[in-house]
Amino acid sequence: MEASTANTPTHASSRTRSERKLAWMLCAPAVIAMLAVTAYPIGYAFVLSVQKLDLRFPEQTGFVGLDNYGTVLGSELWWTDLFNTFLIMVISVAVELVLGMVIALVMHRAIFGRGTVRTVVLIPYGIITVVAAFAWQFAFASDSGFVNNLIGSEMDWFGGHVSSLVVIILAEIWKTTPFMALLLLAGLVTIDEGLYEAAKVDGASAWQRFWKITLPLMKPAILVAVLFRTLEAFRVFDSIFIMTRGAQNTESVSILGFNQLINRLNLGVGSAISVLAFLIVVGIAFLFVKGLGARLDEGRPGG
Amino acid sequence: MSYGSREVNKRVATRALACLVLAALATAGLAACGGSGSGPPQLTFFVAIQPGGTIEETAARCTKEANGRYTIKPELLPNDATQAREQLVRRLGAKDPSIDVIGLDVILTAEFANAGWIEPWQGKLKREATEEVFPSVVETATFEHQLYAAPFNTNTQLLWYRKDLVPKPPATWDQMIKEAEGLKEAGTIQVQAERYEGFMVWVNALIESAGTEILSGPETVDLEQKPTEEALAVMGRLGNSSAKSPNLSTSNEDTARLAFEAGESAFMTNYTFAYASASAEAPDIAKNMGAAPFPRVNSNPAKPPLGGFNLAVSSYSDHQDLAFEAAACLAGEKSQLTAVELDGLPPSRADLYEGKVVKTAYPGFAGLVKEMIETAGPRPATPAYQDVSSAVQRTLHPPEKIDPEDTEGIYDELKSNVEAGVKREGLL
Repeated sequence: MEASTANTPTHASSRTRSERKLAWMLCAPAVIAMLAVTAYPIGYAFVLSVQKLDLRFPEQTGFVGLDNYGTVLGSELWWTDLFNTFLIMVISVAVELVLGMVIALVMHRAIFGRGTVRTVVLIPYGIITVVAAFAWQFAFASDSGFVNNLIGSEMDWFGGHVSSLVVIILAEIWKTTPFMALLLLAGLVTIDEGLYEAAKVDGASAWQRFWKITLPLMKPAILVAVLFRTLEAFRVFDSIFIMTRGAQNTESVSILGFNQLINRLNLGVGSAISVLAFLIVVGIAFLFVKGLGARLDEGRPGG
Repeated sequence: MSYGSREVNKRVATRALACLVLAALATAGLAACGGSGSGPPQLTFFVAIQPGGTIEETAARCTKEANGRYTIKPELLPNDATQAREQLVRRLGAKDPSIDVIGLDVILTAEFANAGWIEPWQGKLKREATEEVFPSVVETATFEHQLYAAPFNTNTQLLWYRKDLVPKPPATWDQMIKEAEGLKEAGTIQVQAERYEGFMVWVNALIESAGTEILSGPETVDLEQKPTEEALAVMGRLGNSSAKSPNLSTSNEDTARLAFEAGESAFMTNYTFAYASASAEAPDIAKNMGAAPFPRVNSNPAKPPLGGFNLAVSSYSDHQDLAFEAAACLAGEKSQLTAVELDGLPPSRADLYEGKVVKTAYPGFAGLVKEMIETAGPRPATPAYQDVSSAVQRTLHPPEKIDPEDTEGIYDELKSNVEAGVKREGLL
């Protein structure tokens, strides 16, 4: 999207101008749809976030300025949950990156049954998160789960803070590593085989080839993969909701927002949390794109 | 919550839009089909699922009794009170006309009435709906002196114990903990202490039994210090005793009855369904299953939990008059007998406890169930119930963290959190 504007000459001919006009007209339906489904809810969330609005008390409503933001930022719970969210995000994305890279290399180098290998690897990603979360919950159930049977313990996994977080993070990793691997594989296939041949001739070891050729050339793909997963991981909801409902201090920002919006019907405070979560997500994306130079159009023709 | 990444991944957003459009078209199509029928109006009955089939059975019977003037279609909600409520409030908050009759958990009356989501019952309807019903149950359907729902089933907890292991049931929680600690086998007590509404049920019963209450009015916190601390000490004592079940902080009605049926525990506080369940699943255990009054905390009389459903009419229903009529039938005497027969749910009409149906469902303990309901301590009635319950659950969960020797700190925390909850302040 940005690539076409980057090289525009200053004196555009009338032909380029009319082509650009046509391009905009062709884009228009998509842009309008985008505004309707993303800009409108974001704007509406902001409008709600500056109001006192609790559906259980329909008479007591009104404009309160930034009070709701004060309530959120002044609450210990917000900071605890934000910390939990970042903890889950950092650990799961880091593990997924390493595992995803290994799987991508396997998928890339698979000699036989390439299609089968890729399909098998993708299965966890194809399972609905809620279903996967239930599967993990049942597996780790203290009395009937197979994990306790296997290791011969009576451990109540969801009865402690650390053990609950471990299961939640494991479920996240299991579920989304395939997505990471797929994005990395896309970067891997763009690397010219000739480079490896040349390195081999020069006597580079397999490790050196990975470290000096694969990784640097894959940097854009890695950044995009990590960016996508980081943003997704920040919104972690389903696994926690199913497994602990936020008990044992496992709440994430999304669960906190859900509790205020759906459970307490406090649309004002709940929207303030949504807006803050949105700003954090924008901040993360900005950091990746501007700070680390991730390019979202990488790999496209002319990109 | 997820706007940010949509912004980045525009293709996903476009795809989502396509799905939305498809979904909208599909719903429009369905609506068109639904509206074109010319038969009698269909009333939708939103209520928590009952595994024995009570809901389907009563809906079918009341449809038949309506003689073609309306039909009743049950929509089954999750058994978990919080999850069922979430589905209801999402619809009612959006003024959804597709709900006519609501199976209202006893804790929701004040909230739904205050929000203007349910209609009051008046005159003859009110008189008939409350006939012979336990006063404590009528109270749960009342908000600001108005009746907002017809009592259907009620519920209460008993102390279930193993007659083969324990000669005489303990009268207090402390006795029970000590006895369980001394048992060679099955020396644990089953309660409900996962962080969910069932935990609030347990906490409230302990606090009420200790001689105080969480709220004394919709916006006034009571929680007298000495009795509250005694109740908290009981929780801490169990939480730090060998008598606690290994999964105490994730235990609910179902894990409790499963462990009891597996012979792991000599004691359990649980609802009346536990007996029917054990008879079906573990006859050997059921044979030795004794029912006793809910244990006391101190010298005050025990106040067991009070649960159950009352049936309300939605303010957004297009057929309110018919909905009142349907709700009266669905909550009526015959339906209550179906509920006790199929699902072991205690009737809200006191006179039914003398009858054969109840006595068959509760062999030898029908009188005890009645007595528990009459003495039960209901949970607080306030429009901010959800906040109060969340505050209590968050402060006291898991029970292991309560030091039974020093309950002052946790008491102060509980009191200030409940005060914030009733004013709906802060985050929960």
